[in-house]
Order: sequence, then C-alpha cells, then structure tokens
Amino acid sequence: MIIIGEKISVIAKKVREAMNSRDPKPIQELAETQWKAGAHFIDVNTGPAEEKGEELMTWMVESIQAKVQAPLCLDTTNAAALEAGLKAHNNQWGKPLINSTSNDPERFIMLELAAKYNAQIIALTVGKGGLPADAEERCAIAAEMMARAAEYGVPLENVFLDPLILQVCTTQDQAVHSIKAVKMFQELNDPPMKTVVGLSNISNGVPKNMRGLIDRVYLTLLMYEGLTAAILNPLDKELMDTLKTTEIFLGKTLYAHSYLEM
Amino acid sequence: MSYVVPKESYTGKVLSVDFGKGDKALKIGGENCLPFLSFEGELPNRPVIAYEIQDTPPTDWPDTVQNIYKNVSGDPVTWAKHCLNELKAKAIALRLVSTHPDRDNRSAEEAAKTIKDVLSAVDVPLIIFGSNHIEKDASVLVAAAEAASGHNCIIGKAQEGNYKTIVAAALAHNHKLIAMSELDINLAKQLNILITQMGFDKEKLITDPMCSALGYGLEYTYSVMERIRLAGLMQNDATMQPPILGDVGTYVWKVKETSASDTDVPEWGALEERGIAWEAVTATSMLIAGTNLLIMRHPKAIETVERTIGELV
Repeated sequence: MIIIGEKISVIAKKVREAMNSRDPKPIQELAETQWKAGAHFIDVNTGPAEEKGEELMTWMVESIQAKVQAPLCLDTTNAAALEAGLKAHNNQWGKPLINSTSNDPERFIMLELAAKYNAQIIALTVGKGGLPADAEERCAIAAEMMARAAEYGVPLENVFLDPLILQVCTTQDQAVHSIKAVKMFQELNDPPMKTVVGLSNISNGVPKNMRGLIDRVYLTLLMYEGLTAAILNPLDKELMDTLKTTEIFLGKTLYAHSYLEM
Repeated sequence: MSYVVPKESYTGKVLSVDFGKGDKALKIGGENCLPFLSFEGELPNRPVIAYEIQDTPPTDWPDTVQNIYKNVSGDPVTWAKHCLNELKAKAIALRLVSTHPDRDNRSAEEAAKTIKDVLSAVDVPLIIFGSNHIEKDASVLVAAAEAASGHNCIIGKAQEGNYKTIVAAALAHNHKLIAMSELDINLAKQLNILITQMGFDKEKLITDPMCSALGYGLEYTYSVMERIRLAGLMQNDATMQPPILGDVGTYVWKVKETSASDTDVPEWGALEERGIAWEAVTATSMLIAGTNLLIMRHPKAIETVERTIGELV
C-alpha cells in the first residue's frame, strides 16, 4: 500500500513555527523519520497559505527534497502556491501528488495543474452541494470527476479517488459507506481506479486513547476492499504493524518471521 | 484494430552481482522482468554456468560423468585448468567435499591451501562451496574466505544453522555469499533478512532456495524460485531481489536415471545421453524459473544449456 506521511502540517504547532521562521530543520527531520518509517510520499500541508504562499511552498519542497528521496503530496488550497510547489518538485523519485481537487468548480484549477505538470491528483468525491449521503452518491460524483479529469487531459491512472472519510463519533453510518465506496470506485474503470483516504478523519473527535485502535481497525477494512493509498502517521508503530500484517494476509507481502522489521 | 501485445510492468528489479576480478570477472542478475521476457524489460546479464570441480576424486559420481574427468580429477588444480583451457569454462565452482566428517574430514587449513593453489592457477571467477555440513562448513568457509581474500569469490552456503560466522567471514574478506534454505520460501526470505541485519549488503547476496533433479521434486524448486521472482519483481520485495543459484549437477548425478545402465533398463535409452539430457533439462527448467547462476558437471549438458541460453537472450 502507498503510504502518504501526514506529519508535516500547518496544524501542528512545531511545524507552523518552523514554517513561519523558515527553519528547515524540524521539517526535514519530520520528513526523514516518516520516510525511513516507510512513507512513499510526504504530505506537505501549508494550509490556505494566503500570504507568501508561493515562496513558502517552494521553500518547503526544496528543503524536504534536499533530505528525502521521495515524491511529495502537495496539500494546499492556494493554487498559485501549489503551482510553485510543482515547479520546484524534483520528479526523479516519482511524480508529485496534488491534494486535492473535488467536484466543486473552484477546485478544477487543480486538474488544470495536474495536466500541465503531469502530476497525480487526489479527487475528493464531494461537490459544492454538501456531503455525499452514501456510497452510490460518492460513485456518481466520482464518475463526474473522472469525466472532468479526461476533459482537462489528466490520465485516469494519475487520479486517486477519495471517498471522504467522516468521523465515526458523529456520522457512524458513513463509516461503512466509505468502505463500500472504495470497493465500488475500482469498478468504475479497467484498470481499476486508484483510491486514497485521509485515515485519521475516522477517529476525529473520539477520546484520544481510542484513536489508535479506531484507525487501525478501519484501515484493515479499507485495505481488504483494495485501498491503494492512505494519508496516515507512519510513525505510529502499532498502525504500521497492523498495515504490514494486513498486507501479509492479503498476499501483498511474502511472510517471513521478521516481516514487521522490514 | 491492430493487435497489441499485452505487457506486464514490474516495480522491482533483480540485483546485479559481480564476481571474480579483471577482464574475466562476471556479472549476473540486473533484470527487471521475468526470465527471458526481453519484450517486457531489460536483461543486462546472461545467466552463468560454472563447471563443478572437487578437492578429491569424484568417486561417488556416476561413471558417465566421472570418466570425463578421470585424467584430471586427481588434483583440483589440474582439474580446474582442464575446465579452463579445454572446456573454456567461464567460471569454476570448487566443492570442498573432502572436508566432510564422513568423507576425508580434511581440515580447514588444508581446504585453504587447495583454494590458494586453485586461485593461483586460474583467472576465471571462483565459487567456493563447503561440504554442506553445517558445523564443519562454519570453520572451512571461514578459512576459505580468508585464503581467497581479494579475489571477489562467491562463497557458500550460509544456512540457518551457521550463517553468522560465514557472513562475518564474507564481510571481512569482501566476498559474495550464497544464502541457502531448504525449499521454504518464507525461510529463504527470513535468512536474507537476518543476513542483511548483520550489516551484509544485500547486493552481495545470492539466494539458493535448494535445487532438485527432474523427477525428484523439480516442481517444488521451480515454484519456490518463481515465487521469489514474483515477490522481487511484482511486489518489489527488496529481500527477494538477489540473483538465484541453481546447484544442478549435485542433484542430477545422484538419481537412478543418470546411473542405471542400458542393460538394466533398456527402455530408458542409452545411459550417457540420458544423463546429459537429465542435467540439461533440469538446468533449463531452473533458468526458466529465474536462476542466474548454474553449477553443472557434464560438458555436453553445459554446451546444450549454453546454446539454449544463446537462443533465449
């Protein structure tokens, strides 16, 4: 499974401070530890970054890729900043991933950038009119987004459909809808569409000591349905052990007694 | 609509391993597709066949293959030179069978001397095998690694029961290493992990999942080799990407099909041809399963398999 390391986010105080003071060290350290823990992409969440967004994203991309030989997942709603990040991105280790577009016309600019820079892109199956009610509605939006991607010249193999994970504590019935959507998304194309989730959304709002358990079990169910990628915390050892064990059960990895150490 | 050949794409790549030195040095592995599927990827290095020789006359080999070497097999240096000069061997595999406690129980020091003698007589890459006795190999291969220091040999086989000392010796003297497990894919992976966790570079490793002869479990060996390749290439499992060894001769030349005489089993056809065919067919099957390095005995079988490789690459 493709792991997108989520730790570099403007929401984290340490990261925000480092961003503001342009101190590369804490950010580089977080990137390196996630990469070594098995992340295939490092998410770079600069938030809306309205002020100096372009300069900030360029600095982030260059600072991280100076230390980590991995592609990045560029996570901002600021299209100009995102484009600056795509320009700065070193594609030697893989195409960048744009996080994200949706069925909201304001976000179509992201598809334009994906086409222009041959980047991969996360497509959230949500429109302007509120949250999708079930798996079927997510699929209908996904189909529209696939048509939109084709229209903008983004190959479907570059698109990761995101069913939008909602918190279990307030919208319990949505948990199973998102799992079903992951399965159904794959059937929308041949070869199957790729899928991605922001895993920790599921446990938002639940007591802190239960979050790990909820994330782990939910990830297992999603993987069973064929999930391609997840944005998660690769430094959470129990979560990574669960992921590796699920890959053993699904035959994605060959068993050896030391498989958890690999 | 025109026909498009369906192609697999692979995320992994077999590691390439070099051995020997100077202009006779060889390289195996490096492919990023299944064996010989050159339309799907790159196969930079041709599989290598090494001639097997021993440090003592091969009295346990069937006459068919024993007689071929009867004038040279009394001395490993003469034997090695014969393979090099007369048979044009590209690599030689020296098996230290005399060190086995049930054979002559020769010492590690004697084995070291044999290796030095052979190394000074031939310039092609040398593969050094112990006698496949777990405890004895631990001392013999350590001495062998030291004696061959600087020659970039392949030594083996490191097994679950003795890998620690042998890995340390290969590490100290900069040799390539064969890791052997007994027809167990999960153990093959585990052993590779344990060896690399000792600080041994996975790019110096060769996997021997254990060979077998046609009619004697060849399909097990084939399946294990195939699974190793699929893990390495399609699942990009870094622990399953070393080149594969097929120690063919030793398994082929002990089955009854390679030794039962024409008079005993006339319906099986002429013994000599039968033995050669048995070794060639077993070796070819190993190649198709993913073997990069073959150890063989009969020159005619080797010639046949070399020709097959030539047609496939």
